[in-house]
Amino acid sequence: MNTLLILSALGVIALFAEIFRFRKGLFPLILLGLAAAFIFTANQYNHPHVFFGMMNFDNYAVIFSCSILVIAFLWFMMAKNYFLQETSVTDHFSLILFSLVGAVVMVSFSNLTMLFLGIEILSVSVYVLAASDKSNVMSNESGFKYFLMGSFATGFLLFGITLIYGVTGSFDLATIHTQLTTTNEKGLVLAGILLLLVGLSFKSSLAPFHFWAPDVYEGAPTTVTTYMATVVKTAAFAAFFRLFSTCFTAAGNWSDILWWMVVLTLFIGNVSAVRQKSLKRLLAYSSVAHAGYIAIAIVSMSATSASAIFYYTLTYSISSITAFTILFIVSRYKGSKDISAFEGMSKANPLLAFAMTVAMLSLAGIPPTAGFFAKYYVFLTAINHGNTLLVLLAVIAALIGIYYYFRVIIAMYFKPEQQLVPIQVGPLHRTVLIITTVLTLLLGLFPNLVLGWI
Amino acid sequence: MTDLKAIPLDWYILLSSILFCIGIMGVLFRRNAIIIFMSIELMLNAVNLLLVAFSAYHNDAAGQVFVFFTMAVAAAEIAVGLAILIVVYRNTKSTDIDVLNRLKG
Repeated sequence: MNTLLILSALGVIALFAEIFRFRKGLFPLILLGLAAAFIFTANQYNHPHVFFGMMNFDNYAVIFSCSILVIAFLWFMMAKNYFLQETSVTDHFSLILFSLVGAVVMVSFSNLTMLFLGIEILSVSVYVLAASDKSNVMSNESGFKYFLMGSFATGFLLFGITLIYGVTGSFDLATIHTQLTTTNEKGLVLAGILLLLVGLSFKSSLAPFHFWAPDVYEGAPTTVTTYMATVVKTAAFAAFFRLFSTCFTAAGNWSDILWWMVVLTLFIGNVSAVRQKSLKRLLAYSSVAHAGYIAIAIVSMSATSASAIFYYTLTYSISSITAFTILFIVSRYKGSKDISAFEGMSKANPLLAFAMTVAMLSLAGIPPTAGFFAKYYVFLTAINHGNTLLVLLAVIAALIGIYYYFRVIIAMYFKPEQQLVPIQVGPLHRTVLIITTVLTLLLGLFPNLVLGWI
Repeated sequence: MTDLKAIPLDWYILLSSILFCIGIMGVLFRRNAIIIFMSIELMLNAVNLLLVAFSAYHNDAAGQVFVFFTMAVAAAEIAVGLAILIVVYRNTKSTDIDVLNRLKG
C-alpha cells in the first residue's frame, strides 16, 4: 500500500511542479521517490498484507512490484533528456507515475475489480503518452490505434469478468476458484475464460491479437516505446499469470487454446522481424515474439512458472532498455532508425557497439547473457510439464530469432563505416547503459541471484 | 427487484450478447472514428446491463458497484480517445480511420 501512496503522491507533485516552477528539482525527487517506494515494497517481502480482500501484497506481488520499480528507475534516467526538450515535461512524468500505480495494482490484485482498474489506470496513461508527440502524425496514429485496440480489448475483458461473476456470484479470486470446481455452467465458464484470454492477449500482444503492437511501437516516441515494451509487458504478464494461476487452474481447457496462440505468436513474431529494415519495428516484432516465450510458462502452469516468468520479464526488460537507449541515441544523431544507421559503429563507438552486442545476444538467448537462462528456465518448466513439442517449436523459432539479432551485430562489426565521428553519449545515458549491460552479464553468470525469490 | 427478475436470466444474457456483438461489428466494419467510439461504448454498456442483471439475480451489490467503476473508466477512456482524435484531426483534417495508414510493414 505504501508503494501506491508514494507513487500517487509523486504523480500529484509532478503535476503541481509546473505551477510552482519546480521543474529542476523534480527529476531527482522522482528518482528518490522511486527508491523510497522500492525500499518500502522490498520491506514487505515475507510479510503479506491483504487490503479488504481487494489487493494482496504477497511475495509474488512484492517481487514484481520491485522489478517494475527498478525498470521504471532506469527508464526515467533514460528518458529525462527527451522529455526535458518538450514543453510539458511534468505532465509526461506524472502520467508515467500514475501508470506505474496501475502496474503495481495489476501485479497485486486479489479481486477482478482491481484487475480491471489496474489495467485501465495503466492503459489510459499510456494511450496519452503514445500520442504525446502532438505534431507528428506517426505518433498520433500510434496513440489512436493503441487507444482503439486497447478499449476494444477492455470490452472483451469486461464481458469475460461479467460472465465469471454471473456463474460464481463473486469477484474475489479465491471464491471464484472454489466456485468453479463445483459449478454446472461449463459453457458460460468457458466463454468467460476465453473472453478474458482474448482481453489479456490483446494487452500482452499474443497472436492473433498482436497486430496493433508493431504499429504502435513504431509510431510512439522511442522512450514511450521502451516503457511499453518493458513495464507494460511485465505488468501484463504478471496479471495474466496471477489471474489464471489462482482462478482457472481447475476449469476448462483454455491451455490447449493458449498452446496454439503461443505457437502462432512465436512464428509470426520471429518471421516478421526477419524482413524489417527499421530497427525499431524489428524490436517491436521481437517484443511480440518474446511475449510468446513468456506465455509458454503460462501454458505449462506449474510451481516453477512464476519464477520463470519473473526472470524472463526482468532480463528481457533490462536488455530492451539497453537496445532502445542505443537506438534512441543513434537515431537522434543520424536521423534514421534503420539497421543501416548502425553500420560500422564498432570503429567509431566501440563501447556502444559492445553494449548493443550484449543486448542483442541476450535477446537472442545466447550464453553467457541473461537471455539464455531466461529461455532455459521457461523451456525447463515446459518440459517438466510435458510440453516437449512446444519447446521444440520454440527452439526453432529462437533459431530464426538469432538470424535477425545477428544482422544488427554484423552491421556494427563487419560493414564499412559511414562516418567516423564518435557519437557523444550523455552521462545519464552512459550510466543506464553501464548498469543494464553489467546486469545482463551478471544475471547471465549468476541466475540464482534472483531466481529463488518467488 | 422483483420486476427485474420477472424476465428469465437467459434473456438478459442473450440481449447483452447481441448488443455486444453489434458493438464488435461496429468497431470492425465502420470507418468513421466517432462511430467506432460509439460502438465501443455500446460494448461496455452491454456489459453493464448484464452485470446489473447478474447482480440482481445473485442478490449481491458487488455487481452494481462494478458498474459504477465501469462507467467512470469508460468516461475517462472516451475523454482521452476524443482528445487523441482531435490531435489526429488537426494533422489530417479527417476522422476517417483509413487516413491513418503510415505505419505498416
